[in-house]
Amino acid sequence: MTIHHLAQLNVARLRAPLDSPQLADFVAQLPEVNGLAEQHPGYVWRLRDESGDATSLRPFEPDVIVNLTVWESVEALRDFTYRSAEHLESLRRRREWFVPYGGPHLVLWWIPAGTLPTIAESRDRLDLLARGGPTPEAFTFRQPYPAPARSITGSVS
Amino acid sequence: MSVEAVGSLREPVRRAVYEYVVACADSVSRNAVSEALGIGRTLAAFHLDKLVESGLLDTGYATRTGGPGSGRPAKLYRRSAAEFALALPPRDYRLLADVLAAAVLSTGAEPAAYAAAREEGARLAAAREEEAKSAVGEVVARLAALGYEPAEDGDGTVRLRNCPFHAMAQAHPPLVCGLNLALLEGLVGDAGHVTRLAPGTTGCCVTVASKNKIH
Repeated sequence: MTIHHLAQLNVARLRAPLDSPQLADFVAQLPEVNGLAEQHPGYVWRLRDESGDATSLRPFEPDVIVNLTVWESVEALRDFTYRSAEHLESLRRRREWFVPYGGPHLVLWWIPAGTLPTIAESRDRLDLLARGGPTPEAFTFRQPYPAPARSITGSVS
Repeated sequence: MSVEAVGSLREPVRRAVYEYVVACADSVSRNAVSEALGIGRTLAAFHLDKLVESGLLDTGYATRTGGPGSGRPAKLYRRSAAEFALALPPRDYRLLADVLAAAVLSTGAEPAAYAAAREEGARLAAAREEEAKSAVGEVVARLAALGYEPAEDGDGTVRLRNCPFHAMAQAHPPLVCGLNLALLEGLVGDAGHVTRLAPGTTGCCVTVASKNKIH
């Protein structure tokens, strides 16, 4: 049984307003990609607003959109991120829609299964990664850390 | 060690065994190698195990279904995931590639990188232009020459069994897969083919399809 889940935050600075022609392709593919994520093995949860995605929430800066999700494992998230043709295609094109964030734009960390990450917490994790590089508290796909060990409640043979 | 691994391929029969195994889409048994190359099973097993020892091949077991030996697991061989590079004098293009990738990503220069890759692909295609032009055959030959190990599947789509940029693609997936897609677009041209990202569990994430085969 999984006792920890993986929380993921990524941020992107818009090149133009979300309702502009430059962002039209990004906005158009969003429902499909979100739907694929939800059907992907290992998906647990994603932050969403009334419209169904999280693009109207701008908790950090007015031109920065956020994507906050929970997955069962790094492998499950990596598989969706880089092995789903639709998602890989949108990552390939991201520079058409977003300018470089300046610093890390994605952070991963472990949370107890059954709990949800908050936006404030996710921002702390991104700051932690930006300040000190990958650690077990805030890491990346390139340098992942295993989930915390089970707390020992009995003798293990 | 790379020198020992690569050196173990000097023996002609062993090299033929290695080339047969890596050309197969699936893992192969000792018997399949023995039959394909017309050598004894004992000799095939000897070379296969030497190739495993040097790290060039991996082994696994599969349960046979039906026929003689049914139920008994068969030892199967396939190319290992290890990479062997031998450069004398020492060269480190991977380190350089990592630095350049970091610079592209931090400045947001992906569109410029894709454009450069597309031009490079077109240049590579032009360099081969004097060779026979038999549509799909020519495209497959170009892909093979670059190490992509192309294989046509049933519906006319060419899948690429090997990613020549594997380690870089693992480190910087969207950038390197995007560069690779642009390179292949330049290489195969857009007159008769459609290239697209279609990642599978192994191999290159780009597929090449003939336009007249697309519905």
